[in-house]
Amino acid sequence: MTWHEFVHMGGYGAYVWSAYGLTAAVLLWNLAAPLRRRREVLARLRRWYEQENGR
Amino acid sequence: MWAFLHRLASPRHFYHLTGRWIPWLGAATALCLATGLYLGLWVAPPDYQQGDSFRIMYVHVPAAWLSLFVYVFMAAAGAVGLIWNMKMADCLAVSAAPVGASFTFLALATGAIWGKPMWGTWWVWDARLTSELILLFLYLGYIALQNAIEDPRTAARAGAILAIVGSVNIPIIHYSVEWWNTLHQGPTVTRFDKPAIHPSMLWPLLLMALAFQLYFFTVLLMRARSELLWRERRSRWVRELLTQDDIQPSAEREEATP
Repeated sequence: MTWHEFVHMGGYGAYVWSAYGLTAAVLLWNLAAPLRRRREVLARLRRWYEQENGR
Repeated sequence: MWAFLHRLASPRHFYHLTGRWIPWLGAATALCLATGLYLGLWVAPPDYQQGDSFRIMYVHVPAAWLSLFVYVFMAAAGAVGLIWNMKMADCLAVSAAPVGASFTFLALATGAIWGKPMWGTWWVWDARLTSELILLFLYLGYIALQNAIEDPRTAARAGAILAIVGSVNIPIIHYSVEWWNTLHQGPTVTRFDKPAIHPSMLWPLLLMALAFQLYFFTVLLMRARSELLWRERRSRWVRELLTQDDIQPSAEREEATP
């Protein structure tokens, strides 16, 4: 297989690569969302403990 | 085995053990994904009927399998939480839902992209497609229910019941291509006789399916650990973890060795 054939995908390039692009997007979202959630939870927990100590 | 499971059921041990598993799971995912993509997109020959468009299968089929697996996992974890009142199971069920929903969406979307050149249409109301769409709505309903109910225990219980009732849809999705005469093709891998697919095309599929499966567990544990910290905020180990200056990965690892 050559690079041209690889990109062209026998005429189905647009379909194949949009399917793989969408897959990449879903995989990345599944990684980014828990990382963001972890930062949020840690920040919330710190505030929660600060409030508790302040009381 | 039971001692190990018992340890896992303890939130503190779960948090520390899974913290050490995640990098390994992530590495195994990357390895399977890289090999699967290389074999599937570069090495495997074009299909004699579908040309190169069949390569969409390598993301479509693993996504569809995972969408079913995650749902069964979520319903089973929900049932365990319901019966044994186990907080860890609730965390896992709640964390699985968004991952499952995203892969159900991916299965439907890649299916539409594959359907257009092969069937000439993005969508048909056939049994397989419709039941998979219902699966997406079940996931979304579960997530909406979790967001609507304030108390996490009540939310977990309500969610578990929804998930268990909804699981009747799972065999319907699986057997839909056999029970009804549909546009969607029948199974080629999970047949009892020899799979109707050449090894050079089968291997990348199995590797991609394994990669998706490992990825699910990686991101599931990442989600469940955050969920756990918040739910366990009143317990001492979380307080100690958070008030010890900053929680760096190295500090967590020291904490984990007894």
